[in-house]
Amino acid sequence: MTNAEKSGRPFVTRISGPVVTVKGMAGAAMYEVVRVGELGLVGEVVRQAGDLATVQVYEETSMLKPGAPVERTGAPLSLWLGPGLIGNIYDGVQRPLPALRALSGAWIKRGERADPLDAARRWTFEPLLKPGQEAAAGQAAGLVAETPLVTHKVLLPPGVSGRVRSAAGPGSYTINEPLAVIETAAGPVEIKMLQKWPVRLPRPARERRRVSVPLVTGQRIIDTFFPLGKGGCACIPGGFGTGKTITQHQLAKWSDAGIIIFIGCGERGNEMTEVLREFPKLKDPRTGRPLMERTILIANTSNMPVAAREISIYTGITMAEYYRDMGYDVAVFADSTSRWAEALREMSARLEEMPAEEGFPASLPARLAQFYERGGAVTTLGGEPASVSIVGAVSPPGGDFSEPVTQHTRRFTRVFWSLDTELANARHYPSINWLRSYSDYLDEVGESWEKTAPGWRALRDEAMEALQREEHYRQIARLVGPDSLPDSQRLHLFIGGMLRDGFLSQNAFDAEDAYCPLEKQAALLKIIMALSRGARDLIKGGTALAVISALPCVPAILRAKTAYPGGGPDGLERLAARVAEELAGLEKKNSGGEAA
Amino acid sequence: MNRVEDRGLEYLGASRIEGPLVVIERVRDAGFDELVEIVGPGGRPRLGRVLEISEERALVQVLEGTEGLSGSTVRARFLGESLRLPVSKSMLGRVFDGLGRPADGGPPPLSGDRRDVNGAPINPVARSYPREFIQTGISAIDGMNSLVRGQKLPIFSGNGLPHDRVCAQLVRQAKLPGENTEFSIVFAAMGVKRDVADFFMRDFAESGALGRVAMFLSLADAPGVERLLTPRAALTLAEHLAFDCGQHVLVVLTDMTNYCESLREVGTARGEIPGRKGYPGYLYSDLAAIYERAGRIEGSPGSITQTAILTMPSDDISHPVPDLTGYITEGQIVLDRELFQRGVYPPIAGLPSLSRLMKDGVGEGYTRADHPALASQLFACYAYVKRVRALADIIGEEELSAADKVYLKFGAAFERRFLTQGEREDRSIGATLDLGWEMLSLLPRDELRRVNEALLEKHYKGKTAPEAAKP
Repeated sequence: MTNAEKSGRPFVTRISGPVVTVKGMAGAAMYEVVRVGELGLVGEVVRQAGDLATVQVYEETSMLKPGAPVERTGAPLSLWLGPGLIGNIYDGVQRPLPALRALSGAWIKRGERADPLDAARRWTFEPLLKPGQEAAAGQAAGLVAETPLVTHKVLLPPGVSGRVRSAAGPGSYTINEPLAVIETAAGPVEIKMLQKWPVRLPRPARERRRVSVPLVTGQRIIDTFFPLGKGGCACIPGGFGTGKTITQHQLAKWSDAGIIIFIGCGERGNEMTEVLREFPKLKDPRTGRPLMERTILIANTSNMPVAAREISIYTGITMAEYYRDMGYDVAVFADSTSRWAEALREMSARLEEMPAEEGFPASLPARLAQFYERGGAVTTLGGEPASVSIVGAVSPPGGDFSEPVTQHTRRFTRVFWSLDTELANARHYPSINWLRSYSDYLDEVGESWEKTAPGWRALRDEAMEALQREEHYRQIARLVGPDSLPDSQRLHLFIGGMLRDGFLSQNAFDAEDAYCPLEKQAALLKIIMALSRGARDLIKGGTALAVISALPCVPAILRAKTAYPGGGPDGLERLAARVAEELAGLEKKNSGGEAA
Repeated sequence: MNRVEDRGLEYLGASRIEGPLVVIERVRDAGFDELVEIVGPGGRPRLGRVLEISEERALVQVLEGTEGLSGSTVRARFLGESLRLPVSKSMLGRVFDGLGRPADGGPPPLSGDRRDVNGAPINPVARSYPREFIQTGISAIDGMNSLVRGQKLPIFSGNGLPHDRVCAQLVRQAKLPGENTEFSIVFAAMGVKRDVADFFMRDFAESGALGRVAMFLSLADAPGVERLLTPRAALTLAEHLAFDCGQHVLVVLTDMTNYCESLREVGTARGEIPGRKGYPGYLYSDLAAIYERAGRIEGSPGSITQTAILTMPSDDISHPVPDLTGYITEGQIVLDRELFQRGVYPPIAGLPSLSRLMKDGVGEGYTRADHPALASQLFACYAYVKRVRALADIIGEEELSAADKVYLKFGAAFERRFLTQGEREDRSIGATLDLGWEMLSLLPRDELRRVNEALLEKHYKGKTAPEAAKP
């Protein structure tokens, strides 16, 4: 008998990879956190049967033995929430990776522990409460300048309301020092910067609101054609090499959300490193500050333990809700939800559950729905409008979109950015296929778009139609050759090409092109569609398409996305004027010719 | 050994033997993943490891096969630790078996440093981002799918395609332009034929590289389960060489498809619920644990660059093995049967090949300023060639427009002159890029929309477009 068995403490009876059976666990709660073995490996109770509990362990279990002691913590896995999250990088169970590196070097050792937030650091606190006043849950007890971009509100946690008994004055405090005491119905409650929240439990808000503002990403095909609203959910499916990760990085870099949370879930180590090295150097186009000052990274790379991958997605979304409650628009990028679903499948197989489609657990759709439902536009408990937007990448095996993760994700998201292997092979990026993608937020965000660029919706629909026509005639041209088509039909191919090269493709690595403001998007599209209309009329009047496509303004339009013609925004206006002028020139020639 | 006193504890008899698995009853004080010595009637100990353990029994996977084992007489000894590999610099120039034991008749390497072959994940914060261009001397790779130091770039191939020759050429020629450091090579063979291993050995010998190569061979006739540890043993040595000794290591893993089949075999024997094509649901995580052991670490001068060869069953790139590999590795070099049959060597497919780290390792300050735009333009034009060819198949080449006919010419030249090169032809990056421009110069200048005017001015040598009617 081992010591643990003799002392009546819980102990391990069976080990199969990350799944461990523990005896002596009567009275344990589902999802209670336990520490397994001498190393104190973190695990979570996922199933109970009388005295036995099944635990999923978030670290490697190599050389763990039956009889090893297990320590109960009595609490579910909870995150540390407070100032210091921004700019940090965590693994799936909120261990801060820079601190782990300082402890154990370049390799992540098992059982290593570090506080998620720096308990010694002092933050300058500016109180907002006075003793004697009434305060309600979600109200700010004070402010902390977390980074130059983020003002952190120290909120009264959900469920805590009452008269303020005492309140700390302005000054600098650590996350563990009391800042106020609230007399609640259940007794006095201390408010500190540090708050804990169970990672699987959604944080409450006062009410849901309608999505009405676009999340501006600076990506032309997204903002103009398939916009995502703040508080909306989008799905990016694509086979390998179609640019999911680059698209996600682009969105994380340039989205106009207040807080960005990037979850690298079961993806490549070097990609996380790229984000880590690049974000501090990149400047937010709106504020000029480094992007890292509004970003939290969760990195659970593909070779890190699979159970921690499962929870990483909840870690990210809980942090997002925490900042949402302060009134921020938060955007969460999960790359990739397929790896998360695979972690579910792997754990479910180890638990010997009956599999459903392709071995995934039958609960997969419910789990996906729960995750995406944590996104949304809300009024916070404090009464402010705020939102969590979610963009989930999906990596369908073999690029086949009929597989369960893609299919179920489609059910719970309203924007679908479908990545296309053929476009990616031709190095057309972002390789979002415009005919297969959709956005269900067009009406919702339309009002806001129209304010920036009057006539946006009509222009967008006109361009969409042009692209559909292009596809139609491309199919015909594929069979008979483009030269057998009359000019009036080949015009659609020409305009389609202009839209592809001059508008839809966008170079993420070009300093000028990486982020395209809405005004510029609208102006560019307007120019191309003006060319389209003008050309149509000219061809009706007998001008050859070859003459139109040889107009000197054509290459200028194609290059306008990377450089403003003439160096400034008014260059686009001049370009528009030039297009009109050159078209008019042909018109004159046409009618002149007829007269003669 | 942390528990030497337990080494004597021996269990007699197994309650079940099935495929590579043996069940031992009433095992005390053994751990998950622990190494086990199984002794059969012949007396030769075979290594195994614990896949699952409870208070009652241990499920042991025998790495060296279960042939001839008998349930009543089999003896098992638990060794008190998981599989460890002694590592040292002196292992370069040696040949080992699939479990890392000497197979060249030489003595075991002298080393007090014994490493867990499973390794540990590199903290992403500690990685440094790979961006030093490796010149392989192969235009299709250097020009369009550049490899950088610390990258994992597999070769997707098919049976009968010259992946071994391409890989050997890559290994032979790989260098950093303007630097004298040579790569150390760790070579792991999983389930390939003796001929293949001999081919590589001969090639290393001819190029004088043998002294800096360590080979781990689990050949086709070795028990399948052994293969599961071969890449892990090889990478454990590679990590030592790279991050303790500061060497630049090139790891060659061949053939990963065989590795995955062994994994499937064990999964099936355990009665696991199979995923796609019978492969276990954790294939992705398992492959990631191998492929992710590449890269660079901040503060360490060394690096691990990985190239894995895998043969796609029936040339199907959506087969689970290439598919999951492509999701983990930083791109792929795809060999194309059609090019091969037309006599193009190396038959590197233009479009599906990709290097994800290329964008940060080429261009100004790395290779040459025109490199990214040139590569992008070549891709776009070659993609168009494919479309024109498809069209020509339907309407006939004669019916194509004059512009499309030019593209056909470009396509032929691109395959015959840019892609094609000799097995011993080592092209410098400058030569590759100049050749690329020469190809683009076959096309009218106006077609080159992905390169800017300044670059065209400098490098374009073709005719400028015929003057179109201007207003």
